[in-house]
This record gives sequence, structure tokens and C-alpha cells, in this order.
Amino acid sequence: MLIPKNNANQMRTRILIKIAESYFADKFKNADRIPLELRPKEQQPSRCCIYKDRAVLKYRCMSSLGFSPEEETDELKSLAQYGTEALERTAPEKAQLCVIDIACSACIKAQYMVTNACRGCFARPCQMNCPKEAISFVNGRAHIDPDKCVNCGKCHEVCPYHSIIRIPVPCEEACPVGAITKDEFGKEHINHETCISCGKCLQSCPFGAIVERSQMVDVLKLINETDKQVVAMLAPAIVGQFPGDIGNVVGALKKAGFSDVIEVAVGADITTKKEAAEFIEKMEKGEKLMTTSCCPAYFRAAQVHIPEIQPYVSHTKTPMYYTAELVKKEHPGCVAVFIGPCLAKRAEAEYDPNVDYVLTFEELGAMLVAAGINIDECEPAEFTTMSYAQGRQFPLTGGVSGAVASLVGDKAEVRAERIDGLSKENIKLLKRYGAKGCESNMLEVMCCEGGCISGPGCIALPKKASRAVEAYVAKGEDLNNEK
Amino acid sequence: MDKVTVKICSGTSCFVMGAAQIQALEFTPPADIADKIELVEVRCMNFCKDIKTKYNRGPFVMVGDELVEEATYEKVVAKIRDVIKAGECPAE
Repeated sequence: MLIPKNNANQMRTRILIKIAESYFADKFKNADRIPLELRPKEQQPSRCCIYKDRAVLKYRCMSSLGFSPEEETDELKSLAQYGTEALERTAPEKAQLCVIDIACSACIKAQYMVTNACRGCFARPCQMNCPKEAISFVNGRAHIDPDKCVNCGKCHEVCPYHSIIRIPVPCEEACPVGAITKDEFGKEHINHETCISCGKCLQSCPFGAIVERSQMVDVLKLINETDKQVVAMLAPAIVGQFPGDIGNVVGALKKAGFSDVIEVAVGADITTKKEAAEFIEKMEKGEKLMTTSCCPAYFRAAQVHIPEIQPYVSHTKTPMYYTAELVKKEHPGCVAVFIGPCLAKRAEAEYDPNVDYVLTFEELGAMLVAAGINIDECEPAEFTTMSYAQGRQFPLTGGVSGAVASLVGDKAEVRAERIDGLSKENIKLLKRYGAKGCESNMLEVMCCEGGCISGPGCIALPKKASRAVEAYVAKGEDLNNEK
Repeated sequence: MDKVTVKICSGTSCFVMGAAQIQALEFTPPADIADKIELVEVRCMNFCKDIKTKYNRGPFVMVGDELVEEATYEKVVAKIRDVIKAGECPAE
């Protein structure tokens, strides 16, 4: 499901920019003004009143400073104080998505409802097909007894007037693994043990009630206040995320204070080679299936929720892993910052000693805006190591399996299949594939529909971004011709 | 009638604040205006440099010679319809 840009996620960007500006202006001394600036008195409130708008904004600012609203102990603690504490932090906080309880609208439990379009017809297929006898006719119109209804949806399917609608709970609907559920008051909570950090709930909540801890302030401090070498590792989905050429983006990052900028596509080339070799070996051994492993949300989902597919997940590490390994070898003692479209990468980084921080493109954008850096006007710079076409195509759906297949060549038969988007349905499909097998022997699984270019941390339109990535792939050399 | 020119600022600030999303006009414009607009690629139009009145008012989009501040896809489409209706689209 692709989620269009809306007020809720547009506000997220604005908050990040405000926080970064507040850092540059006075190290958060006046940060408590941000909710007031974003919701001035003269504006129409979006929630019940401007005071609630501002209260929610404060929590969203908190998360942009790297704190989880769930852990709030004192409601009167100011944003300035949170800002000071954020700057005292020496390691990133644990990655976590969480619900701002006052912002959660406690949507009614997902249900089917009969609308005015019902004509109380003679055929009454809704009543005939309901397996629980939950439908009766009151005042000449169908009525669903909520105590009997099991939400099967049969009535919705058979109504000739489309008069029965399904009212979903957007976050629960979006979460592929059932990690977000209601408490007794109807407010949503995220189970941190089972959450795969994909960010689908955050993108889909119409009330902007779901936030995640940002590491932006930590990185701002490192590049502006310390002598440490801070190396940016740019995920291959970066191409097309900002106006201007990729060279300008590299220049902008250097201007912002990063000591070096590396393409993660270089690591993706290594992943391609290793995964191709692993595939050939597995097929020679007579194994029936291998799935990709570079999408961290899928990797975690396989571990926790899809034991059937787990044995088939490739053991090859992710592009981020190999890139960080190279970076730490080249610049011992440096701080390695991965910048990508993905929220699940933050969770992956916790298990990777070589990756110190993870930013999204959105956070990077906010940093550049606040620093007054216009990418278009930056002196173009080049990556020191150039990537090949294979590594560059990772962020597109079909890109990873395509890259691996191109290296396998005729050394093994490849029957590739894409799982484009980790939906509830696709998780069921993966369970079946794991348990009963499937026609293909190589499965590419991407949690975000369309690939990483539609990740929750992206700025550009997926369509526009995929064009840019395709053009960059076309400019790359074939990894098969590597010298 | 000449086409209405639409210039979406692609300065970093505008782009990050939401101009990127307005580029949807390039792919799926509403049918009634699809063949009446001409998207012109522009770099930063420097409106953001006017700290006093325009600061933080991005993204900026020029529709014909009218400026849309804090532009969204809907706002821009509405402005395009206005301009077409008024028939005041200058030839470029």
C-alpha cells in the first residue's frame, strides 16, 4: 500500500527541520516555542483545539530529539531540557516505534457497518450468507449484531448495492505482523518484542500518533561540535531523493560536515557476489529455495513470525554491513552513519558494531535545510569507490534478485520470484512457500512495495525516484566485468 | 489558449518540505487540466531568501505569474484551475 504525502507526514518533516534549526540557533534553549510556531493562535486547529495540537506537537518534537513519549516521567519537562539531555547522549537510544497515547484517536475496532445505501431488498444475500446469523432487519434495513459478527466480510462481498462497508483501524491494517493492538481503553500499543520496525503503522496513522526515535540530533552534534571523522554511508536509494546530481549531494554532505561519503551500493556489489555464490552452492547441494536477506524488516519478520521460511533465508550479510566493514577498515576510529530510506535499518544497526548511527533521507533533508545548504549550489564531489550496475539496482523491486541472477549466470538455473511488499497476505504466502515449497527457487522479499524507493524515510515520489535509479543503473559497469 | 506554466521550486528547502510530492503533476495530473499545463523545471527560485515575509513559507510554486506559498498538490491544482478560468495565462 502506497501512502500519499499528507498533513501528518508533512508535519513530521517540518518538525525535524524546526528541531535542526533550533539546534543551530541556540542549542534548543528556545525549543519550547516550536509547538507554538507550528500551531500559531490564528490558525484553525486540526484536532479538538490548538492546545491539544500543541501538546501532540511537543511529543512529536520529543521523538525528533530522540526520546520515546512512552517513557515520559514528568509532563512538565521542557523541550529545552530534553534538548540538553539529547546533546549529552554519547550513544544512540534503542530504535523504537511508539504511540503517542493522547494523539491516538482510539479508532473503533475494525468492523463492518451497514450504510444508508441498504434498500432492505428482497434477496437479502447478506443475511443468507452470514455464517453467524448476525444480520437481522430493523426498520427495513440490514443490521449487524456486533456480538455475533466475526468480521468475515461475506455480507460486504455479496451486497448488490455495496451498502456494507468495512471500517478498518489503519495502523492495525497496515501492520503485517499484528504487533500493534488496542488496550482496554481502545488506545493502540506497539509490542516491541514482535514489531519488525517496518514503519507501516507510522505512515498509515491518520492522526500522526506514531513516532520513532530520531538520531538526527546525535549526528548534528558529532559533525558540528567534535573533531571526530564522521563518514556518511549513502544507501543506493539516495539517487533521485534530492534535486540535483548525486555528485551535488555528496558535495552537500561534505559541506554539512561529513568527512567522507561512501556509496552503500559498493557494499551491495559485495552482497551480490556473495549471495550469488551462496545460491550456486545451495542449488548444487540440492536445496530447493533461497530468499534474499537484505531487507531488515523481512529478515526480522522471518526470524520472529515466519519460522517456515527462516531456514531458506540467505546467510549473506546486507549491503550496509559490508559497507560499514570497509569504512571502519579504511578509517579506523571513525563514526559511521548510514543514511537511507528505512526505519528497520536502525534496528539492524543495533546488531552491527560497525554502524554507529542511522538517519533517514528525511532527517538528512531537514539537516541540510536548517544548515541553509542548497544541494544544487554545492560543488559536486565524487565517490572514491564507484559501484557497479548490480549494486545500484538494489532499491528497486526485482533489483536484488536481478543482480544476483546476473552473477549466477549459467552456473545454476534461476527461477526468481518477487514478493513486492510485506503485507499480511504475503506473510501467509511466505509461510506456505516455506512449508510446502513453490515453483521458484529464488525469492526476493521487499517489505516496502516497490522496493526501498518507497521506504518511510523517503522524500521523492517513488515513480520519480525509480526513474533516477534506473538511469544511474544504466550508467554503471557490469559487475561481471569487474577487474 | 496558451498552456499555463507551472514552476515547482526545486531548491532543497522547498523540495524537502513537500515540493517533491507536487511533482505528481508530472505523472498523474487531473484529467481536466492535463493538457492545459506545462511543467517547467526550475532551480531554487530564491523566494526563501526573503527572510522577512517568506521564511518557512515553502514550498513555493509559480502558476502562470501567481505565487503559491506553502504549496500542496491540492492548492496548486486549485490555483491552476483558477488561472485557466480567468484565462490569464501569459505566453512564455
